[in-house]
Amino acid sequence: MDKMIRIENLTFEYTDGDRVVKAIDNVSLDIKKGEFVAIIGHNGSGKSTLAKHLNAILIPTSGKVFVADMDTSDIENTWAIRQVAGMVFQNPDNQLVATVVEEDVAFGPENLGIEPKEIRARVDEALKNVRMTEFAKKAPHLLSGGQKQRVAIAGIIAMKPQCIVLDEPTAMLDPRGRKEVMDTVYRLNQEEKITVINITHFMEEAVNADKIFVMENGRVIMQGTPTEIFKEVKKLKELGLDVPQMTELAYELKEEGLDISSEILTVEEMVNKLWP
Amino acid sequence: MAVIIKDLVHIYNPGSPFESTALNKVNLEINDGEFIGLIGHTGSGKSTLIQHLNGLLKPSSGKILINDLDITSKDVSLTEVRKKVGLVFQYPEYQLFEETIYKDIAFGPSNLGLSEAEIEIRVKDAMEITGLDYELLKERSPFELSGGQRRRVAIAGVLAMRPDILILDEPTAGLDPRGRDEILREIKEIHKKHNTTIILVSHSMEDISKLVDRIIVMNKGAVEYSGTPREIFRYGKRLTEIGLGVPKVVELAISLREKGMPIKEDVITIEEVKSEILRNLRSKKNA
Repeated sequence: MDKMIRIENLTFEYTDGDRVVKAIDNVSLDIKKGEFVAIIGHNGSGKSTLAKHLNAILIPTSGKVFVADMDTSDIENTWAIRQVAGMVFQNPDNQLVATVVEEDVAFGPENLGIEPKEIRARVDEALKNVRMTEFAKKAPHLLSGGQKQRVAIAGIIAMKPQCIVLDEPTAMLDPRGRKEVMDTVYRLNQEEKITVINITHFMEEAVNADKIFVMENGRVIMQGTPTEIFKEVKKLKELGLDVPQMTELAYELKEEGLDISSEILTVEEMVNKLWP
Repeated sequence: MAVIIKDLVHIYNPGSPFESTALNKVNLEINDGEFIGLIGHTGSGKSTLIQHLNGLLKPSSGKILINDLDITSKDVSLTEVRKKVGLVFQYPEYQLFEETIYKDIAFGPSNLGLSEAEIEIRVKDAMEITGLDYELLKERSPFELSGGQRRRVAIAGVLAMRPDILILDEPTAGLDPRGRDEILREIKEIHKKHNTTIILVSHSMEDISKLVDRIIVMNKGAVEYSGTPREIFRYGKRLTEIGLGVPKVVELAISLREKGMPIKEDVITIEEVKSEILRNLRSKKNA
């Protein structure tokens, strides 16, 4: 089975007073093992609600979500699913529980009932993976936002998940912190083969993904590779989403009659194209 | 002159093992009605600096004059300072506390001892400029609103104080592109309508370059650069070194210039880079 996540006709409704709100409206999609997927859309598009279905924080009103072939609506599966799919949230301060970095990373494995020797090994490896080994004995509140987020990620990796779901992990970080976190996540995807689902509204973070899903009003309205998605400059702008500046420039140059592909995403590609 | 800062030094925990110098002889002048973008990496001292401007922090040494009032002198009235300088913190929506939106926005002005009528005018005005419907929302609880709307209520609460100088610390953090654009448009509107001096703290060069008259770059507790966006972005390399980065189009212009395409040095928008590229490619063709 090469599917990490299977979503079949997922609908999620909640009630606000006596109004029924459809936060997710009949979404079907698959995510393959080892893929790096970005889900973009603005606030209220349903992307965070979708994310919460991926480790059984929310259960579908109708339809099915399978994580590593386990049905999330079966309560018996909940803990196994959370071990497979770890989640990282926006605010690093809400996720760290311990007073020492390495204890925080050990929290998850401890709750899984893993023996102490194995926990030690996992914590060391996880901290090494996110390049935070030298901070193992530090207090989390003394770290920068980017460092805290990497500790939160280490806490997830120590549980040996097959999949990490990140819900706007960099929204509260400065550019350097943002880069630290994204570099870490890409490395985990490439070296450890962990499936990554990154929910974001920073388009530059989606540029290197294998696949992008664009959400609006609870539906997936576009899906494809970054080049396929970002060449729809007009459509993305209508949705109130940003387009990477290089793609926008390529689009503008093309309008001026220049023979240039609208599939340019990075500065490097643009330089090579214009001035080889 | 709206703000004059002279040799401002701030040392946290002086005399203890945790002693650290957050501001090291900062000198700045900000004109009336100027729109300033204050940027710097986390730990550069920008938050420490703005907390001095409305008297939340006292300098270790140095002076700050706000419209000729020395706010660092011992006998200064902090109420006077806060009437002049409004500070909107990061994630200000977490500071809402009243039962209704009206009461929350009216809280600051009520403490100034204004008449009910005057307070109502101010609340209405502040809600209008932040895009909040007065009739529809005044009796609603702020906690029923979306995050972006709650942030507007928090900003309106500061505006209702009618400050001469408005400081906003990362007002668009955590918002999506649409929410970000709306808030920035409203800030621009405030600047235009009341000629308020604005200091906008941000990490985003893209946001700042479109809006401000002047960018002040902080690094390691000191002012590293001060100038128009065009002047500042010439130092693209240095900005990247200090963890800031420049807009991607500026990065492109720098790369192209290094490769030998003679692009002008002071381009900062997509539009400008586009016309420079077209000019160069066409002259190359004709050569």
